[in-house]
Amino acid sequence: MEKNELVAWENKCIQEESPECTSACPLHVNAKLFLKEIQKGDWDAAYKVLNKTMPFPAILGRICDHPCEERCKRGAVGGPLAIGALERFCVERYAGKKRVQLLPRKDHRIAVIGAGLAGVTAAWDLLKKGFSVSVFEPGDRLGGSLWDLPEQLLPREVIMEELSTLETMMADIRLGIQLDTALFEQVCEEYEAVILDRDSLRGIELSLKLDDDGLIAITAATGATDRDRIFAGGGTRFRGGFSPVMETLEGRRPALSIERLMQKVGLEFGRENEGPCSSRLHTSLEGIDPLPRIAPSDSIKGYMEEEALIEAKRCIQCECLECVKKCLFLERYKAYPKKYAREIFNNERILLGAAHQYNVFTNSCSTCGLCETICPNDFSMADLCLEARRTLLKQKIMPPSFHEFALQDMAHSTGELFSLCRHEPDKTESAWLFFPSCQLCGTTPDEVVSSYRYLRDRLSGGVGILLHCCGAPAFWAGREDLFKEALDEIRATWAELGKPRIITACSTCLNIFQEHVPAMKPVSLWDIILEVGIPDSARANGTTGNTVGVVDPCATRHNPAEQKGIRKILTSLGIQIEELPLSGEMPECCGYGGLMYNANPSLARDVIARRTTVSDNDYLAYCAMCRDNFASAGKRVSHLIEHLFPAVSGGDPAARSWISWSERRANRGRVKEMILRDRGERDEAQVEEYEKLKLTISPDVLKRIDGRRILEDDIRKVIFHAETSGKKMRSRESGSYLAYLQPENVTFWVEYSPEGDGFTVLNAYCHRMKIVGILQ
Amino acid sequence: MNFSQEAAVWSCTSCGGELGLIKVGFTYMKGNFEIDLPACAACGLVLVPESLALGKMAEVERILEDK
Repeated sequence: MEKNELVAWENKCIQEESPECTSACPLHVNAKLFLKEIQKGDWDAAYKVLNKTMPFPAILGRICDHPCEERCKRGAVGGPLAIGALERFCVERYAGKKRVQLLPRKDHRIAVIGAGLAGVTAAWDLLKKGFSVSVFEPGDRLGGSLWDLPEQLLPREVIMEELSTLETMMADIRLGIQLDTALFEQVCEEYEAVILDRDSLRGIELSLKLDDDGLIAITAATGATDRDRIFAGGGTRFRGGFSPVMETLEGRRPALSIERLMQKVGLEFGRENEGPCSSRLHTSLEGIDPLPRIAPSDSIKGYMEEEALIEAKRCIQCECLECVKKCLFLERYKAYPKKYAREIFNNERILLGAAHQYNVFTNSCSTCGLCETICPNDFSMADLCLEARRTLLKQKIMPPSFHEFALQDMAHSTGELFSLCRHEPDKTESAWLFFPSCQLCGTTPDEVVSSYRYLRDRLSGGVGILLHCCGAPAFWAGREDLFKEALDEIRATWAELGKPRIITACSTCLNIFQEHVPAMKPVSLWDIILEVGIPDSARANGTTGNTVGVVDPCATRHNPAEQKGIRKILTSLGIQIEELPLSGEMPECCGYGGLMYNANPSLARDVIARRTTVSDNDYLAYCAMCRDNFASAGKRVSHLIEHLFPAVSGGDPAARSWISWSERRANRGRVKEMILRDRGERDEAQVEEYEKLKLTISPDVLKRIDGRRILEDDIRKVIFHAETSGKKMRSRESGSYLAYLQPENVTFWVEYSPEGDGFTVLNAYCHRMKIVGILQ
Repeated sequence: MNFSQEAAVWSCTSCGGELGLIKVGFTYMKGNFEIDLPACAACGLVLVPESLALGKMAEVERILEDK
């Protein structure tokens, strides 16, 4: 990932955007944090939040005209937070003489003419930054219009005390000056830059261009007048009404311009978001209790502490996190996409030997696309993680354990034990090509073969068959080489058959073909069934009247037509439908997608466990892996094909238990065998000697070893090796044997005992750490 | 970790010999490790107990994978 790509990714995630209140505030006071501190009861910390951004917080905190409240999200659920009144309460009780931190002195002399709120703000900001500041005020006191405010709101001693800070900060204050053109020109001559507070200078002729209100004309973004080094601001009372907070901004803005001028940097660059600005932060108000705004019992004195606390607690602490709320993977790593993008970027740049820490993370995303659908800005963790996986491969630091098992499973599907391509028996042409998918063949071999027979019966022009893998596991693993290889093979076979129309029974295959070989014009088996009619075998099935929760696979997210078609089929079968919360365009992955189950099995188990509890009804899946994952979590679930082409008429497909990885492979082999048998052909795949070993495995042991991703053939290899080489250990206690073998990257251990003409498997486990041997 | 109990339970079938605790070398993702494990000095057969394979060893594998 390049730096500019990171910036683009980060910009898409809006979680760190300022909330509406802060964006609406001309000074960008962090009102969210201010309210959070009050919620905690920490008023001193709340005051510090104000003090960080506001000049003279004891003044502004009392009189601010709080434009933040207009945009408060709470406004839609009970009324906006009384931020202004809470600020007032806070500064009345907790403002004290705080030490002002000054930056090192700079060798620049600046003049501020006019000491209204804008002028004193400019002086405050410049003094804090280390400039020498002289304040020239025609009147006999600092503060200008502040003195016109009601004393109850702003006591006189508060004005005096707060503004006296300027003296503490070593401002050179000159009151009662006779301001005329001569003095003005003299000041312009003596100082490096000048700020004019328009609040108190209207009507004084200073040979500067004026605007329509009779105020000194300025450039809005910088406060610059028509003369070099002369800036101005303030005077809101002549433009629609005195706004303390805008007055403050209008003092702060020219002060910043002067700082830039002294640093010799551009005055205008990057100041778009200064002052009130829009916010991209999205905050869901779903489920938020519409609590009413608390009015102070004494409207003149303002809040009592208890009232203030209750009011502050209404703040919902705006944030997005919509994707994190829905996705267990995003939640598990305790951050959000913007941070994750940064972590992935850093992970790619770590020097050899240091901890990466984000390898597992990068490979745990199911790439289901739910976050992208939810995100107001379409942030796709799938795209981010897939690209990062390709980078890990290029950097040669992708641990093999993350995808090896899945890629071996894919190799089985693309290899001679499963892959097959034939025209329809007795035909030499194919108008259609049935691609049932490797995983559906692994789940429901008999039903797949029945569906193929049905298609041949109902469609004309010849229905060929192609048993293969679409390459999705390689795509998810970032293995572009393997993915291309699988797809090229399919494409070549398809072309050889005369480019028939592809019918597939797997939504993932459908997506892969649509996206990568659109010329195939792939169509789903379910759409074809709707066209040619539901088989009679389905109508005879005993599922009529049941209610099922329909589990839409994540791969159908952008295919509402397919989802609708499924419901149509179910309805015509007399099956009642329960719509689960995450259906339609919102389905979550079952943990198979993106190979999450391989790289992060415990997360995949948690994902599926959470989803099984959503409804007590049986689930109905139309993705083989959804079916199998729910089944292995103990949920009653069936696959649509089991209803359409039941292997046992009148049976209860949801009662079928989980399927081991070994069984899946064996089932795929059976599909190939049955199809060949239909054609009068024989499967000529060579059977290895070890494959002939007969194993007895109890259900408990089978479930345990399958969870460890150990196949029965792995076990056969170990026992075959032990029995032929004699390399094994014997237990003095039970007489059983223990043997091990490392066929590739994994070392498999099997405890077994001979039983008749075969072997009983008592246990199996494995590790990836390679045994080098006994050290001398 | 002491695997003397495992060493006492299992014997090498090839030579019929006892297993003793011997230093065994392992390697994974550019990392090298040594552990005292039950092994047959004569045949070179070693024993990685299930508790080690699924416990400490799996833990180290995961750490190395995130390196």
